[in-house]
Amino acid sequence: MIVSVADFASLTNGTSLPLSKIPTLPLEYFTNALTAGIAAGLRISSYFGMAGGPDAAGAAAGGASSGGGAVTLYALLADDEQNRLLVARAKVEGDSFPSIAVACPQAQLFEREIAEQYGLIPAGHPWFKPVRYQRSWTGRDAWGRKADEPILPAVGDFYRVEGEQVHEVAVGPVHAGVIEPGHFRFQCHGEQVFHLEIALGYQHRGIERSLIGGPDKRSLHYAETMAGDSTIAHATSYCQILESLSGCRAPARAQALRGIALELERLANHVGDLGALAGDVAYLPTANFCGRIRGDFLNMSALFCGNRFGRGFVAPGGILFDCDAARIDELKLRLDAAETDTSIAVNLLWDTQSVLARFEDTGMIDMATATELGLVGPAARASGLSRDSRRDQPAGIWRFAQVPVSTCETGDVFARAYVRWMEIKQSIQFIRDRMKDLPGGEIRARPENLAADSLSVSLNEGWRGEACHVAITDAGGRFARYKVVDPSFHNWPALARSLRDQEISDFPICNKSFNLSYCGHDL
Amino acid sequence: MLKAVIARLRQGHRTIKFPSAPPPSLPDRFRGRPVLDGARCREGCRACADACPTGAISLEGGRRIDLGKCLFCADCVAACPEGALVHAADYRLSASRREDLDVELEKSGPLLASALEKKMKHLFGRSLKLRQVSAGGCNACEADVNVLGTIGWDLGRFGIQMVASPRHADGLLLTGPVTKNMELALRKTWNAIAEPKLLIAVGSCAISGGPYIGHAETDDGINGFAPDLKADLFVPGCPPHPLTILDGLLRLLGRIEGEGWPPKR
Repeated sequence: MIVSVADFASLTNGTSLPLSKIPTLPLEYFTNALTAGIAAGLRISSYFGMAGGPDAAGAAAGGASSGGGAVTLYALLADDEQNRLLVARAKVEGDSFPSIAVACPQAQLFEREIAEQYGLIPAGHPWFKPVRYQRSWTGRDAWGRKADEPILPAVGDFYRVEGEQVHEVAVGPVHAGVIEPGHFRFQCHGEQVFHLEIALGYQHRGIERSLIGGPDKRSLHYAETMAGDSTIAHATSYCQILESLSGCRAPARAQALRGIALELERLANHVGDLGALAGDVAYLPTANFCGRIRGDFLNMSALFCGNRFGRGFVAPGGILFDCDAARIDELKLRLDAAETDTSIAVNLLWDTQSVLARFEDTGMIDMATATELGLVGPAARASGLSRDSRRDQPAGIWRFAQVPVSTCETGDVFARAYVRWMEIKQSIQFIRDRMKDLPGGEIRARPENLAADSLSVSLNEGWRGEACHVAITDAGGRFARYKVVDPSFHNWPALARSLRDQEISDFPICNKSFNLSYCGHDL
Repeated sequence: MLKAVIARLRQGHRTIKFPSAPPPSLPDRFRGRPVLDGARCREGCRACADACPTGAISLEGGRRIDLGKCLFCADCVAACPEGALVHAADYRLSASRREDLDVELEKSGPLLASALEKKMKHLFGRSLKLRQVSAGGCNACEADVNVLGTIGWDLGRFGIQMVASPRHADGLLLTGPVTKNMELALRKTWNAIAEPKLLIAVGSCAISGGPYIGHAETDDGINGFAPDLKADLFVPGCPPHPLTILDGLLRLLGRIEGEGWPPKR
């Protein structure tokens, strides 16, 4: 029998399917098909469990609350060549499911997450550790921990290199600087890093668990704060889920303005990161200029909606704040000024040998590794992968307006910085083009009741990569499961990998070149 | 090198003059605290309270809003059938005591945190080193605290500085709802700071739990984490505007008093 993804159901970004249309495959066949699909060039966008059998997405099944019963696994594969997403599922009867992590490293974190949330063991997993150090939702524990045994973050075995001259460096959870918490464990030989392992989970706030039973008045605010610097990306993904499940279409004007807001979010963060990278190699001119210019872009978001992070801008069915002609003119003026400032500040980097000497050949991720790890966003593009959900999985404005995808080949800190710079220019051009012919009309439709027993998928290319949301509704049209994959979830292992054989002092620039989200990973 | 010099000249001096001159203007859609024109309320209407995602608005025994819980989202204002709720433009929102954030929904005007008592002000008024801890923060509060260190705001000119080691710090600036998984690290960091020390809660998460109020995975902010700890400054917002944070810090240190500069629109 040829194992392939031919049986998987196909859908596109921003659409829904009745659950009855999603094939339920035998477990072994399902995991083999995932391996085959990934070998054939697909990648995992989302892979998650849901409590209950495939026939009962019913309210009682609710992802979080049922006992040690059956769990259904859902996999969402991205077929970027064909602009489609493939989905299938399988029922797990016992306590374990076959791990594909050895053949497909990009699955390893997803499998650990399923293990942690549902107490299932991915049989054959090469590095079977918790992800967020949370208690399972089913009362069953994959590591055999008792219900009253405390679960402490980052406590457990770490990969260790033994040897007389080998030493271990532990950093975090509280880092130097105003940033989020995580724990980093380096195995070093002098200055050289043999291996880095990253333990996260400190930011776990229970978002996925709390989304079950929704949508309710908090759901949008969860989306806005999943990764607070990617408010527009996650809020848009969430709103597209509601729109698709209720058969409601956000007006064209709202879709265009969402696109502008998404690019402003990208601009602010890319500019800020280029400044921070300059700061990490002690090149202060760019560090200082970009720190301020980043604020200029945040203030453009505030011009739209009053909040620098775009809170309150995106709403189910469209957007909350319209843009009059005066506001557009003001945005144009500010964009011109910020473009000039950014250009001067960033080009200093490429003219300064001491900066380039630190960026080049540092923290390399080659294309094969990037493919294997299933990277997304600028990190993937810096390793030569032409992968961007704005082009590959378009929804909303991206079906009508394209942004050229910027790639680099070298996969080093330089490439991750330079891709950002190219994207800055593309984003500014995109915003200008949209302002030129902004569609007229309404800015908001009203999504009504959600379709029952359905699955909906929504992706948006945030500044770190795709923010993937999958919702499964119960018989009453409520969320029986809401799965969020922040781009950082795909990319954290790449940061660990990039440090191999580097100097430990390269960690700050490697880290900043990815600038991954802790809270987006931990949810 | 020459290019860097030319760039520096073009850049010019970009630090705001505040507080010796008016603060930078806020966006016209800036969402300050919701203020109600109670005369327009319909009998028995609960639309604003029902729409609030965090239960910040209470209508029983007087109409009140807890700005420590408020996300400054647009939900209550959008829900009001009479258009009787508006967001005030005032950025001054910090308070010295948690209970001061619980305000009458109908009364407008700024919140003004008060200065430290004399001895503490003498110690920290001209030099305050803070250790920041994010305990479940979404990186928005963190980002807008960081902004204060950029050349536009230059927090250093007030003697305020973020430091890496709690041993170097005079206080802790907390963001995030305090996740269970950060409890130990937060406690150790706090204990490592020498007495006397200050505690500053920035953002609705740190004050009350914000969008995560009631989650078993979090402590509902600083009060849930350590009910006996008394924070010295509460800066509400989701996230607070950098100007709101700066205003709070400067009031705490006695650098601004009374009305300060009127809000510019």
